[in-house]
Amino acid sequence: MTGRADPWLRRFLSACRTGPSAVVGMAALLVVCAMALYSVFLDGRDPFDIVSLPHRAPTFVGPLPLGTDYLGRDLAVCLLAGAAPTLSVAAVAAGLAMVLGVALGALAGFFGGRLDDLLMRFTEFFQVLPALLFAMVLVTLWSPSPTTIALTIGFVAWPPTARLARAEFLRIRDLEYVVAARAAGAGAGHLMWRVILPNAAPPLIVSATLVVTTAILFEAALSFLGLGDPDTMSWGQIIGANREYVLDAWWPVAFPGLAIFLTVLAVSLLGDGLNRILDPKSDGA
Amino acid sequence: MTGYIARRLLHGLFLVAGVVVVNFVLLRLAPGDTATAIAGEMGGATADVLAAIRADYGLDRPLPTQLAIYLGHIARGDLGMSHYFNLPVSSLIAARLGPTVLLVASAQIVALVVGVALGVLAARARGGAVPTLVTAFTTACHAMPVFWTGIMLVVLFASILPVLPVEGMSDLRLRDAGWITRTLDVARHLVLPVVTLVLVHLAQYARITGAAMREVLAADFIRVVRAKGAPERTVLFRHALRNAALPVLTVAGLQFGHLLSGALLVETVFNWPGLGRLAFESLLRRDYPTVLGVLLCAAAMVVVVNLLTDLAYRLADPRLRTVP
Repeated sequence: MTGRADPWLRRFLSACRTGPSAVVGMAALLVVCAMALYSVFLDGRDPFDIVSLPHRAPTFVGPLPLGTDYLGRDLAVCLLAGAAPTLSVAAVAAGLAMVLGVALGALAGFFGGRLDDLLMRFTEFFQVLPALLFAMVLVTLWSPSPTTIALTIGFVAWPPTARLARAEFLRIRDLEYVVAARAAGAGAGHLMWRVILPNAAPPLIVSATLVVTTAILFEAALSFLGLGDPDTMSWGQIIGANREYVLDAWWPVAFPGLAIFLTVLAVSLLGDGLNRILDPKSDGA
Repeated sequence: MTGYIARRLLHGLFLVAGVVVVNFVLLRLAPGDTATAIAGEMGGATADVLAAIRADYGLDRPLPTQLAIYLGHIARGDLGMSHYFNLPVSSLIAARLGPTVLLVASAQIVALVVGVALGVLAARARGGAVPTLVTAFTTACHAMPVFWTGIMLVVLFASILPVLPVEGMSDLRLRDAGWITRTLDVARHLVLPVVTLVLVHLAQYARITGAAMREVLAADFIRVVRAKGAPERTVLFRHALRNAALPVLTVAGLQFGHLLSGALLVETVFNWPGLGRLAFESLLRRDYPTVLGVLLCAAAMVVVVNLLTDLAYRLADPRLRTVP
């Protein structure tokens, strides 16, 4: 025992005071992750199993707490099973979008000139094409699977990140400490990834949460349209499959939508809180 | 100014051409054969018929030739024939463009007005419950999947509160009614799709307006205006909002592509006869000329809106008018 509070703990507590929404968002997100892990590793039930009559109303207690869908599948099991595909597709898509966006934005902002012009024209091309429409075209090119959907979403979702990264690199590259590092003989690679990137990280981290919410909503939209993988039980897919019967039974559409809503809300809150913690100047409005 | 507009239009033309070329190549590389798809619609075919279809549609020529022919036709305003609808793509698009523009423009205007109003409300309150409530409301709206919001509104208004139509754009029974009745009918059909789109999109406007207004209201010139005894309404709307309008305009332009993406889903939910549904239907049927036509049209819309935003920006900010 040292008698002193662990500095990490203290920093964590002060962060909680500055951005309480980050804690709420993080906690909610952990619940969704726990649902995903439970469904993948512990829950032996198959979400595609037909367990009862179709359209049993939700009772909230006992067996079939959320009722059954149009085929008589247990909606609670479907919802648990939908967490993992939704989260993993969103994570992979957001990861790809961040890597593409930061890499292209960094190159454009750091080198400027012709390369900047070229890369920004390329970015503009993606911005005149409504992203969901382009994603729809791309998923029809491959047979839909969680991998192809994640890659597609990542491929259409990077431009906002690229613009942000470009602006940050452009701003930081002429600051004194970068000039000093350059004068000390640092190469372009070292300057970009070791000197500038850590200082450009806070707004990029906040924007990453925005990319994750975009990815979750896109995955849901594509599955809802029936362009997703029919063999994967994702939340959007449950909504799309049950939509036709929504006037007879609202719950197979309402609950998965609520799950998407709460997950996106959790990520937004996390982003909002991180913004307050990482950027003390922002009023968080 | 004219030179500037001409340059921007030319630039936009290149972007739209780029969109067409890339998607043309992508769709030709897609697995599945257009000739088979057309033959499937006809109820199956022999190898001879498939070869005839390929020759008819020029599908047997090399890809660069096909692309050159297609671009040549577009330059003359010919978007080709739809395999599925068996109509010229341009007439299909002409029929669907109006409903989409009506939906998107109404949603954009309502979202701007309500979003800006909420932002002003939050910025004026300075502390207290109002800004928190506005932020909570807009954050929640922004997190809802747009198609789900739409379906939930359909459930609400179809069974519990049947006061608004939940499907389509007009009531067929009113086909022969006067134009006032028909206009009102379309307006009634428009309410739920627009509300759905607005709920998702007003968050951005409220957020940006709130932040910009707070910044402007803290500026010295506002203190001068207040010191001169101007009523609060004049301070807020004549002085502060005019200065806070620029970032809102920027976001409105950038949001347009998202709005089109959202409209695509909303059209599907409410059976709105617009471009989004046309794109979806033609993609499912591998009717690629129609898909390409819709992509071209969507990209052109974004280019035009961006140009209009830019011009509005110049009108709103006198400093920019002299910049060539």
